[in-house]
Amino acid sequence: MIVPYLGGNDEKREAVLKGVRELMKIVVAMKQIPDLQQIRIRDRKPILDGVPLTFGKIDKNALEAAVQIKEAVNGEVVVVSVGNEELEDTIKEALAADADSSVMLIEDDIEKMDSAQTAKVLAELIKQVERYDLVIFGEGSGDNYSGQMGSRVAEILGLPQAGYVTSIEIDGIAAIVKRSLEDQEEILEVKLPAVISVAADLNEPRIPSVSKVLKAGKKPKEIFNLDDLDIEVCEALVATSSSLAPASNRKGIELKSVSELVEVLKSEASGGN
Amino acid sequence: MAGVMTYSNNTALALELLTAAGLMGQEVKALSINNEQQAQELKDAGASVYEVTGEYSAADTNMVAEILKQAAAALGVDIILLSSDRRGKELSGRLAQKLNAGCLTDIKAIQVNGTEIECERNALGGAAIAVQSIKSTKQVLAISPKVFKQAEPAGDGSINNYAVEETISAVSVKEIIPKSTDSVDIADADVLIAVGCGVQTKYNLPAVEAIAQSLGGLVGCSKPVATDWKWFSEERIIGLSGKICSPDAALILGVSGQVQFAVGVRGARVLISINSDENAPINSMADYYMVADLNDVLPQLKDAMS
Ligand SMILES: Cc1cc2nc3c(=O)[nH]c(=O)nc-3n(C[C@H](O)[C@H](O)[C@H](O)COP(=O)(O)OP(=O)(O)OC[C@H]3O[C@@H](n4cnc5c(N)ncnc54)[C@H](O)[C@@H]3O)c2cc1C
Repeated sequence: MIVPYLGGNDEKREAVLKGVRELMKIVVAMKQIPDLQQIRIRDRKPILDGVPLTFGKIDKNALEAAVQIKEAVNGEVVVVSVGNEELEDTIKEALAADADSSVMLIEDDIEKMDSAQTAKVLAELIKQVERYDLVIFGEGSGDNYSGQMGSRVAEILGLPQAGYVTSIEIDGIAAIVKRSLEDQEEILEVKLPAVISVAADLNEPRIPSVSKVLKAGKKPKEIFNLDDLDIEVCEALVATSSSLAPASNRKGIELKSVSELVEVLKSEASGGN
Repeated sequence: MAGVMTYSNNTALALELLTAAGLMGQEVKALSINNEQQAQELKDAGASVYEVTGEYSAADTNMVAEILKQAAAALGVDIILLSSDRRGKELSGRLAQKLNAGCLTDIKAIQVNGTEIECERNALGGAAIAVQSIKSTKQVLAISPKVFKQAEPAGDGSINNYAVEETISAVSVKEIIPKSTDSVDIADADVLIAVGCGVQTKYNLPAVEAIAQSLGGLVGCSKPVATDWKWFSEERIIGLSGKICSPDAALILGVSGQVQFAVGVRGARVLISINSDENAPINSMADYYMVADLNDVLPQLKDAMS
């Protein structure tokens, strides 16, 4: 049997025991990325100018997971994101998809920060959210997919974590999650507050209605820049010397019939003879 | 010069890491946690193994990262190589943060230039390949499966027992459910047949299997075919979140060719695509392409090949 939410920290637990109905507070961290479908390659260089910014697909799964929990246990979802001046616009995607409020850090050149720097800033932003119970990430961002952020932030916040999660249930003071590895699934009990990274495709993110899109801009938001936060961001620990599309010299020959196809398969697809 | 430490809870991957570590020109120490057989296999491959035993849960990422942090300090290593499977990727971020280290995951190639370790990994969802290196003294590098061959048996290995301080776990395992695993690995295929959403109906699969058989190939698929349609296990997924394949020939059936898929077949010597849409991105990266409806082509191709 699933026990209802009983609070993610001692203070909340005490309140619940006294009969106060506490809201479960779920933070979702989302990354603003260029829309990958619209990136063109010229001279092997990816052209990012004019490409609209959006949230990664797996981040949208993370948000949907959070919203489903809030609907099940009486909670509240706060979206946290670090991005450039367009973030105020991008964040509306999340607010329209039923997040309740947002906390943003807006800086130019933010895309130049590496994982360690971003983690530090993101953790600081999450600390601005009072008394959160759960922090949810996607397993990897849509662009870099390096999968470090959830783990780094969990370490900074000193919280337990579980990655590649495909289901989440709240059970009293813990989350019961399923972690999906290559060769096995684990059912884990993780004490709240905790950091969870969800696997891609664990759910189908909702498509917001037009009226929700219109109302998204009116939801509460807090905006910070680096000077507002009392942190020192270290130098980048990772240097990128090049980022180019791989060279390709494919033949590009059109086959007009099944017999031409069979010809090609027989000559080319039989161990290279 | 400081040394290199390797760790993966998966023994096959731990053996691959030994090969990668060999490139760095530094002393290599292999950590093994609660796995006597792994310790033995690593020793047989010539490694200096440090074996940790105790009440540790592999499922608690923080705990494993803590063991690695302590071991790295005690053994005096700056570079830590992990496997970039799911377990290893989750671990790498936590460990890097504990060490204030730079970290790269999903590494596809390594080039050592003196003290600098240049790593290649996919960027922008696979549209580009980034060459990156870590500037901090401490480095955590998570290497994709199969980039390196497993270390061969060699002499001079040793096993040392190593004790770490115990930590308290906030994660407990309630149940472990094994996944049924495939006996074949599409990453090893000489000829790869990729099933995409354009195959449309399961009734087309017997023809695909027959064609695969006549070509001596293995069948893989695009991600939605496995995750949404469940036609195949997730081990058959080709691409960024699946297997990176470099077959001699790849026959791509009804796949649009989004970057996340394309990275998985980019290494094919010959790429052949069949797609009903002339403008599908996959066609522009193919050696041969045919604009046709698979519902018509598959039966004909099957008959012609048998
Ligand atoms: C972080 C991230 C990671 C991802 N990782 C992967 C990954 O590892 N692997 C992967 O595959 N995807 C991955 N994806 C998803 C990827 O972006 C695409 O959505 C996916 O590859 C599309 O699969 P598809 O080409 O089979 O389907 P679709 O895009 O639907 O394409 C179907 C194609 O079939 C053609 N077609 C339709 N009907 C017919 C017919 N009758 N005959 C012939 N052709 C027909 C269409 O013209 C079309 O080109 C990832 C996405 C994200 C965001």
